[in-house]
Amino acid sequence: MLIKQISVFIENRPGRLSDIISALAAGGIDIRALSLADTTNFGILRLIVNDPARAAELLRSQRFTVSVSEVLAVEIPDEPGGLASTLAILNGAGISVEYAYAFITRKAKGAYVILRVENNNIAVDTLRAGGVKLVGAEELYAL
Amino acid sequence: MIWNEKYETMSRDEMTALQSERLRDCVKRVYENVAPYRAKMDAIGLKPEDIHGVEDLHKLPFTTKDDLRDNYPYGLTAVPMSEVSEIHASSGTTGKQTVVTYTEADVKLWGEVTARALMMAGGSKNDIVHVSYGYGLFTGGLGAHYGGQTIGAATIPVSTGNTKRQVQIMRDFGSTILMCTPSYALYLAEAIEEAGCIDDIHLRAGIFGAEPWTENMRREIERRLRIKAYDIYGLSEIIGPGVAAECEEQTGMHIAEDHFIPEIINSDTGEVLPAGSRGELVFTCVTKQAMPLIRYRTRDISELSYAPCSCGRTTVKMIKPQGRADDMLIIRGVNVFPSQIETVLMTIPEVAPYYVLVVDRIDNTDRFEVQVEIRPEYFSDEVRALEEIRSRIAREILSALGISAGVRLVEPHTIQRSEGKAARIIDKRKLY
Ligand SMILES: [Zn+2]
Repeated sequence: MLIKQISVFIENRPGRLSDIISALAAGGIDIRALSLADTTNFGILRLIVNDPARAAELLRSQRFTVSVSEVLAVEIPDEPGGLASTLAILNGAGISVEYAYAFITRKAKGAYVILRVENNNIAVDTLRAGGVKLVGAEELYAL
Repeated sequence: MIWNEKYETMSRDEMTALQSERLRDCVKRVYENVAPYRAKMDAIGLKPEDIHGVEDLHKLPFTTKDDLRDNYPYGLTAVPMSEVSEIHASSGTTGKQTVVTYTEADVKLWGEVTARALMMAGGSKNDIVHVSYGYGLFTGGLGAHYGGQTIGAATIPVSTGNTKRQVQIMRDFGSTILMCTPSYALYLAEAIEEAGCIDDIHLRAGIFGAEPWTENMRREIERRLRIKAYDIYGLSEIIGPGVAAECEEQTGMHIAEDHFIPEIINSDTGEVLPAGSRGELVFTCVTKQAMPLIRYRTRDISELSYAPCSCGRTTVKMIKPQGRADDMLIIRGVNVFPSQIETVLMTIPEVAPYYVLVVDRIDNTDRFEVQVEIRPEYFSDEVRALEEIRSRIAREILSALGISAGVRLVEPHTIQRSEGKAARIIDKRKLY
């Protein structure tokens, strides 16, 4: 149930984001979701792609600074309070969320949320027990 | 082994007598043959016969880099051009290059002093000396080369650049002693690690100079290249590399003082300071024929020690320059040498020891930023983890230097690795 996420270090200089996206496009990698965490000093680009291993290798070969981490993806019903109830379940179990970002697709009706938590296994069990629909890697990469 | 026992192990009295005799001869030569020196001495009413020995050295006027520029290109050359056999020049960051001329005897002397350095590092004719300093107008390459040839070692003029080829030569030719800048040594270590061939490299010693480096950097070079790393000092105006070099005790560099008489002065007043004091290093080249500079101000901050050395050499030792009289930054009233920043960075495993210092003045306050490369293996997807590294570096700089600094993390391999002297300071303040 864990999803591989690619993170790329971005120095605050013009064109770096575009360099990364272009490199992936040139390598035939499809981006499923992305989020940019930005500070005044540097940024971290987080990506969900169709082939994380190849994407990481491709970016490293072009001297980008890359790390691969495991995150969770949950499907959120497309209705008010959909995300709130999921976060409440985690909060109730004392699991803190480091960051989250959402994306929608044309095919599926609902929205997806990527969650970075401190302990994936406990979070998976907790979410399942709470009736939240987790999305597997295969399903997500193929969207 | 000591290359030249006679001169490197003289008693202090013998050395003083030798220096005095050579100084008298040198002053006479420059007074007769170098018009700018004659003018300087005449201006203060000093005649060659007023200089009896080293005790009178302080009476002589200084020579500065400006004197070399003002007398560009041959104005300070003391012999006819027909006697000059080699010419070098150092890159002028501001204005004209400084030109240095050598006679055949000067080139031989250069080989002699660099040979001393190689022997101090345990070198012999059985070694294969890999010279990765630039060959050309810069004195690093040829100076090291002459030393290798003087001791009879197989000397490879690899010069700089093409790092992959450097590694291949090192492996295939069996290089045993590496001579280059310390930052290039680290760059080579990186390349060897990338190629995964450290077990095929047979280096056992390295002699590094031409730019500032720290003890931490020495340890890192030694660990990554599996060698013993020695320091060498020199500047083209005096002769090039080989003015001073480290023996196995590594508590300072023995100066070839039978040729280059050192003094430590107060940079502001010009007053000569006693042994052990910290100040600007000054050299008088008493034996050089083509360009015997008198009391040349190096702008390097150092100290001299006449304490006995376990290696048996009796020549005076200088400590590694602690900065440049010009490089010293005054930030919010605090003296900052870039080497101090480097020392701090070497204690932080998450970053590489390369840096750029940017100083600016905004609203009448000095802003000081340190740009440093994050190591890829420490990069994390969490902002918090990177912010923690940043604040730890800032905290360490504050505790070591007493000033607060902004820290900017930059991408790996983006800060220039210099093959010559490093230019790591960007001072945007308009103070003059
Ligand atoms: Zn010694």
